[in-house]
Amino acid sequence: MADEKKVGAYICSGCGIGDRLNMKQLEMTATRDGKAKVCKTHDFLCSKAGVQMIQDDIDNDGVNQLAIAACSRRAKVEAFNFSDVSQTRINLREGVIWARPEGDEHTETTQEMADDYVRMGCHEVKAMTVPTGSDEQPLVKSVLVVGGGITGLTAAVESFKTGYSVTLVEKSGALGGMAGDLYKRVPTRAPYAEPEETGVAELIEAVNAADGISVHLNTTVTKTAGAPGRFEIDLSTESGSTETTTVGAIVQASGMKAYDANQLPEFAYGKNADVVTNVELEALAKAANGGSMKRPSDGKEIKSVTFIQCAGQRSEKEGHLSYCSGFCCNTSIKQAMYFKESNPNADTTILFTDLRTPGAGGEDFYRSGQKKGILFSKGEVSEVVPSAEGLEVKFNDLILGEETSMQADLVVLATGQVPNSGPDPYAAVPTKEEKEAAEASNTVEISVESILNLDYRQGTDLPHLSNGFTDSHFICFPYETRRTGIYSAGPVRRPMDTLQAQDDAMGAALKAIQSAENAGQGRAAHPRSGDLSYPLFRKEGCTQCKRCTVECPFGAINEDERGFPQFNESRCRRCGTCMGACPVRVISFDNYSVDTVGNQIKNVDIPDEFDEKPRILVLACENDAYPALDMGAKNGYHYSQWARVIPVRCLGSVNTVWLTDALSEGYDGVVLMGCQKGDDYQCHFVKGSEMATMRMSKIADTLQQLNLEEERVSTYEVAITDIQRAPQLINDMADTIEKIGMSPFKF
Amino acid sequence: MSELNIAMVEKYRNSFLHEVEANVEEGDWVKMCMQCGVCSGSCPLGSHWEHSPQKLFMMIRAGKREEVLSSDSMWMCTSCYNCVVRCPREVPITHIMHGLASYAKRLGLVPKGQQTAKFAQHFWDNLVKKGRVNELKLGLNLYFMNGFAEGVKTSLKMKDIGLGMLKTKRMSPMEIFGGHKVKDLDGFQAMVKKAQEIETARIEKNMNA
Amino acid sequence: MATKEYSFYPGCSSQKGASSSNYLISVNSMCEELDIKLNHIPDWNCCSASIGYASGGELPRMALSARNIALSEEHNPGQEIVATCAACWLATRETSERLSENSDLMAETNEALAMAGLKLKNETPIKHMVEVLIEDFGYDAIGAKVKKPLEGIKIAGYVGCQTNRPFGIEGESFENPKYLDKLVETLGAEPIDNYDKKVQCCGGALAFSEPEKSQAMIKDIIEAAYDGGAEMIVTPCPVCQMNVEVYQDQINAKYGTKFNMPVTYYSTLMSVAYGRSAKDSALDGQIIRATRLEEIAAK
Repeated sequence: MADEKKVGAYICSGCGIGDRLNMKQLEMTATRDGKAKVCKTHDFLCSKAGVQMIQDDIDNDGVNQLAIAACSRRAKVEAFNFSDVSQTRINLREGVIWARPEGDEHTETTQEMADDYVRMGCHEVKAMTVPTGSDEQPLVKSVLVVGGGITGLTAAVESFKTGYSVTLVEKSGALGGMAGDLYKRVPTRAPYAEPEETGVAELIEAVNAADGISVHLNTTVTKTAGAPGRFEIDLSTESGSTETTTVGAIVQASGMKAYDANQLPEFAYGKNADVVTNVELEALAKAANGGSMKRPSDGKEIKSVTFIQCAGQRSEKEGHLSYCSGFCCNTSIKQAMYFKESNPNADTTILFTDLRTPGAGGEDFYRSGQKKGILFSKGEVSEVVPSAEGLEVKFNDLILGEETSMQADLVVLATGQVPNSGPDPYAAVPTKEEKEAAEASNTVEISVESILNLDYRQGTDLPHLSNGFTDSHFICFPYETRRTGIYSAGPVRRPMDTLQAQDDAMGAALKAIQSAENAGQGRAAHPRSGDLSYPLFRKEGCTQCKRCTVECPFGAINEDERGFPQFNESRCRRCGTCMGACPVRVISFDNYSVDTVGNQIKNVDIPDEFDEKPRILVLACENDAYPALDMGAKNGYHYSQWARVIPVRCLGSVNTVWLTDALSEGYDGVVLMGCQKGDDYQCHFVKGSEMATMRMSKIADTLQQLNLEEERVSTYEVAITDIQRAPQLINDMADTIEKIGMSPFKF
Repeated sequence: MSELNIAMVEKYRNSFLHEVEANVEEGDWVKMCMQCGVCSGSCPLGSHWEHSPQKLFMMIRAGKREEVLSSDSMWMCTSCYNCVVRCPREVPITHIMHGLASYAKRLGLVPKGQQTAKFAQHFWDNLVKKGRVNELKLGLNLYFMNGFAEGVKTSLKMKDIGLGMLKTKRMSPMEIFGGHKVKDLDGFQAMVKKAQEIETARIEKNMNA
Repeated sequence: MATKEYSFYPGCSSQKGASSSNYLISVNSMCEELDIKLNHIPDWNCCSASIGYASGGELPRMALSARNIALSEEHNPGQEIVATCAACWLATRETSERLSENSDLMAETNEALAMAGLKLKNETPIKHMVEVLIEDFGYDAIGAKVKKPLEGIKIAGYVGCQTNRPFGIEGESFENPKYLDKLVETLGAEPIDNYDKKVQCCGGALAFSEPEKSQAMIKDIIEAAYDGGAEMIVTPCPVCQMNVEVYQDQINAKYGTKFNMPVTYYSTLMSVAYGRSAKDSALDGQIIRATRLEEIAAK
């Protein structure tokens, strides 16, 4: 690569750009203001000839910094793909000519927009260097699977099949987990009519037969250090011996715990032996092994059984689970079939409020149950009490609208799944009062045992989303957690049945392998998959304030003994939240930094107050808000001619210095567009937009110091579908400025 | 209460559902209802049903025998088949309603004065007599099915319609003197009788089984 | 095109002096124009319609339709059965399907049929006349015979229940079947878009036993046709035709409406469009005169 930086500006006049804009003027701006050494216009830049023109300049003319002024950076990605050079895209199509209406009265302001963007792009690329990739870790083709249930067994087998070696850790003395204790499982293939074998025995056999899978029973993970490509795992046995192993990535398949039915005294659980949970019924069925099922209390053959759905679930009552566990309706149908198997005349009734039979065959299985004579009644059970014949189940018939009851030899409670996930690193620390109250009432919670014992700055285990399930970006990246290289699968991630758990295991195994491969090549994992940049850190300027280590949504950054950040490059997702957090601006990426954005802000022409041409800085998340503006423009939703939009990796990467610079240079308003935050977040980096909002809540002080109105800065949550709303938000800011007047900071 | 009904109560004391499955046309399908209620929302006379089909199915499962069989509800069925084509479970609801009505009639449980039940009886008698329906006789029978005074009133009310039909030759006074019929009336009536006997025998066999 | 032959099941209401005798007259004219030969099933009997169930029960009802099919198979072998009445078609086809699915019921039915000296093979397709028109001829062939297009007449296609459900016409939806509209268009008239009572029940047989409930529905059916700008309603079903036409005075008296909407059969429209006389088209069978059609027929 040439030592000297040489900017080449390439301007496309195709797609109507040349009709709407003065190309000569843009060329002049690029060379005179943008200091481009080379500037060329082409009427079809993304064509083979256009791309070749650029490549020739790279090869023959030493151009190494490309400012390509054409369509949005989201278009023509394959065409404009040059290696070993820095590159930015100047959005003249979606960002200028489509964002503005045609007509003579708009020509001047549209041209000003384009000129600004050309200037901004040339100066942005000048602040970039070509990233080379992280070399902190080698390619390590091995996966640690934590948990030996059906999820873990499947993940192990699937990983092994790709040529990876697997370390499989199981806390108990045997493989199989809860699925191994099932008599049979809900059918997984057509015609979805009968319960089928679980397949766990075959999986165990496959695991034991594979020489690349080492099984560690009675073993726990007592320490997980490092990063993808260089995880150091301490495995400790019950006897106390510990060995350390190195793996490339981790699948956490720690599964579920059965719900504690002692919370359900109204259903006589614990008081009457003939009330059992769906987990306990499997043991009865295993004991019967196809023969007649016997009542626990007296061994009498069970002739009538009632299933109570949603037992302790989908309820806000104290001690109940608020969510639906998803597997219990199909499970009750399956278990009712156990009774029909040995005695087709057995009375089997399922009392439900909403029957939910998810999965491809769920509906067929329900139908099969009905055909076998399983009775389904829509009713809400209030109480189970002993009766002369056995048990009386009292319920409100929701179709007939009456209180009624039925007799049963056995009652089965369809209880839910509780994730086995380890302590949440971000759980609210109880206040002193709460602690004292808990001690006084003698309900001190048993501390949850850690599963991974991460040696991380931010806690020992995977962060939770809600109800103890590990956080995963369930829409876009379901297997992802908030710890890069560690993938959760199975009911620790969300409630699910065995088939879903196996699908989950396959997905997580492949993600783990992908992560190890990316780490080996020094590239980012999703969502900036393939990005070679990583956070660079100027130690001499660091004040050890720890904001970066605390705010990183992925717990990527540790601290050394002196409190300086340790970045763990392969744990990083390249969102830039650390860069946004840093008050002394010592964190940057080769191709994205305080300067790349700062240069753009500084190179917008700010007309003086009397021109009545305000400027609005829009910082838009590249994942949702920026595409929304592009698509809005394409669909004819225009926005203010005063706006200058700069895409950011995540709103979390926005450093407040950009705002103070912009405001003190005379911008009249700032609009920040990030993703939805909260429990149902849409942020690709989980916490980025939340962090940004928190920081922006403090910008009021800055505004006050500058004697500026608070309305000049707005932060919004924008979804990729907001193609009408996003432009409108910019227009709202233009209206606000018209109301409150121009900024006094114009020089 | 008919003798047959008493016998059926004994036989199916604990499971009305099984009785319906055995004796009611398409009764096998009752257990397949998944209680979504689409049938109830699709019925053109839905608001006039004391118990919607969805409820009737639930009542059958809950063993509410008398309530179901003496219900007015299934007599409200116009045979429009809207429920049948919309039922996500493809339950032949119309036929089950017909079957329940017919079974209730067989057991003598139809509510007194049920107009559709009366009409249905007249229609059946009319068709069995000649093999083809004699609309004029059927019409007159209908007007007078609730007694003479009521019949005169109805006839007067319907007089204009009758005149319109007469004028357009869509009703013939000659029909009263015989009218259309099948030629092989003996064979026809023997066939219907045989079919009735087989069906009755089947149900009585269920009772004694 | 060669003559097409079908085994024809006319049904009770089509008989001379019965409520849809006008339907049969126009069907005959229509068939002559299309070169369709209808071979009546000899000695056919009533299908028991959709009201015979209560006293008839299942098996006797099956036997009724089975007798007709058996007679057709014996006397008109190899010919598809065609019915013009919705209830006749439905009962016959339903019987045929149920018996083909249930061998016990089939055996019992044949046991009863034996009393009339008949045996059912149950191998004959059972069609509604509309199916014959659409599937065996098609809109183009139907349109090719038009001599007097029904220009300028706005017609609401009232499909009703039993030609639409549960079997319906192949390729049509239950909720918004379009075939009558397409037919109306083919004949040069103007169909009504968004006729939202197109498949509403008219009460069927309950028009007799539950007149008030039924007439409330019939009122909606006519009102929606007016709302759509229709001058006339067309239907493929004798019960629909009768219920919607003959109670208009009573409805007017009860609801204060001023309905005077002619209700015709598709065969009436076709017969007129094919240039047949008012008599051949049975326009004299309209209790509410279809004056627009009379004008065209007189031209």
